[in-house]
Amino acid sequence: MIASFQALLFSDRAADRVVPPTGHTAWLTTFTAAAMTFLAVFALALSLASGRLAARWSEALANTATIRISAPADQMQQQTDAVLAVLSGTPGIASSRALTNDEQKALLAPWFGPDLPVEALPLPRLIEVTETGEGYDSEGLRQRLLAEAPGAVLDDHTRWRRPLATAAARLNLLGGLSIVLIGATMAAMITLAANAALAANAQVIRVLRLVGAQDDYIAAAFVRRFTLRAVAGSAIGAALGLVGVFLLPPVDEAGGFLTGLGFQGTGWLLPLLLPPIAGAVALIATRAAAFRKLREVQ
Amino acid sequence: MIAFDNVAYNYGGGELLSEVSLRLAPGSFHFLTGPSGAGKSTLLKLAYAELLPTAGHVTIFDKDVRSLGRNDVALTRRRIGVVHQDVQFLDHLPLAANVSLPLTVSGKQGNPRDLTDLLQWVGLGKLADALPPSLSGGERQRAALARAIIMGPDVILADEPTGNLDWEMSLRLLTLLAELNRMGKTILVATHDLNLIRQAKAQVAARVLRIRNRRIQLAGADL
Repeated sequence: MIASFQALLFSDRAADRVVPPTGHTAWLTTFTAAAMTFLAVFALALSLASGRLAARWSEALANTATIRISAPADQMQQQTDAVLAVLSGTPGIASSRALTNDEQKALLAPWFGPDLPVEALPLPRLIEVTETGEGYDSEGLRQRLLAEAPGAVLDDHTRWRRPLATAAARLNLLGGLSIVLIGATMAAMITLAANAALAANAQVIRVLRLVGAQDDYIAAAFVRRFTLRAVAGSAIGAALGLVGVFLLPPVDEAGGFLTGLGFQGTGWLLPLLLPPIAGAVALIATRAAAFRKLREVQ
Repeated sequence: MIAFDNVAYNYGGGELLSEVSLRLAPGSFHFLTGPSGAGKSTLLKLAYAELLPTAGHVTIFDKDVRSLGRNDVALTRRRIGVVHQDVQFLDHLPLAANVSLPLTVSGKQGNPRDLTDLLQWVGLGKLADALPPSLSGGERQRAALARAIIMGPDVILADEPTGNLDWEMSLRLLTLLAELNRMGKTILVATHDLNLIRQAKAQVAARVLRIRNRRIQLAGADL
């Protein structure tokens, strides 16, 4: 293995020349590495974005609750005051406030447009509740609200938060799994290409053994060729993938599920790790294939 | 140099060589003869560790071949020059690069002048840049001989080196081998060409070994 790394770092032109041009297998390696890295960039973006999404959804919903008050217009303010009074005396509640008409209007704008006459519609009043770290007794609070404000319904976000966080975590896992599968596929393809090249050069290997070449020398000549092609192909794939992610619609336009798909900050540097990883995959795969083939020749 | 001690070799079912014992002393010249399929090539392959004996011991430079690892085998072959009848080259490299291949794979920097002299010695001085497929049979055999001796090996093993050559070219190759023997190289030539052996006896003090009924014997005056 050390000899293979040394062969990569210190080019030996004479050693490189003993292996004839490997033609289509070399191009297959370059293309495979480029295509797989291109896909890996998107898998990485998906994985990172879903990770951020899971964290954001969990954080945003974890310590908050909403109380919805549905009451006749003449009782709305009275019940709102009653709920706020209950909340202020409830252990585990850090703060609470009723959303203003403008805030409710903004929440409904995506569905009804910006000119919605909130005042004219029998909309429920929403109260935003923020918990302390210890949390509150949701069942006890429901009982008290039922007594003080019959139109109030507590929504502690649990039924939203759990599936969303689970879905985002699964997406994160799938992204990581995709990267592993892409790496394995690339290793398999490069192994096939290396095996084809080694089989086509069985005569070369026999001659080299006959004149006293050691296995490391012969393997290094193949390993170097395939590893450098894999690194070059992977660099091309990473560059194209980064351009593709960069050209994705911005957050405010895409919205919804695609919100935040891409890289942020130093995350943009992560795809640059893919070419060296592809090189390592190619080195290990080609070296293993080369030594398997060499064992067939005494 | 190379010693066979009660060696046997089986190909699949049948026994090809049996109870073979011989010693190639330094500076000796041996011919190995016998009918086609008698096991001449197999004996040579045993002598440079391409095959391992199924019984007995083959010792190369005082080491039993069974004790040699793959790297040891490679290092041993740098001290043995091999010439095959179906001589094999790297067809994408010019003749000069092919001849100096043993130097290349052992990481040695050959002297270009020495390479030129060697090619001229085997009569290929003007073909240094030619690709192997463009060479004639005789040129390929002489190139193989040049490649076999470029490392200054102690032993030269030649398997039917004149098999594809006309009589004149065969004599020329024989003369080159005789010159190498006079330089102190140990030489073993497998051939079924008895005329060549008779011709050689006028140039070198060669012993003739014959494979008959799977065993090796010293050939006598019947040659």
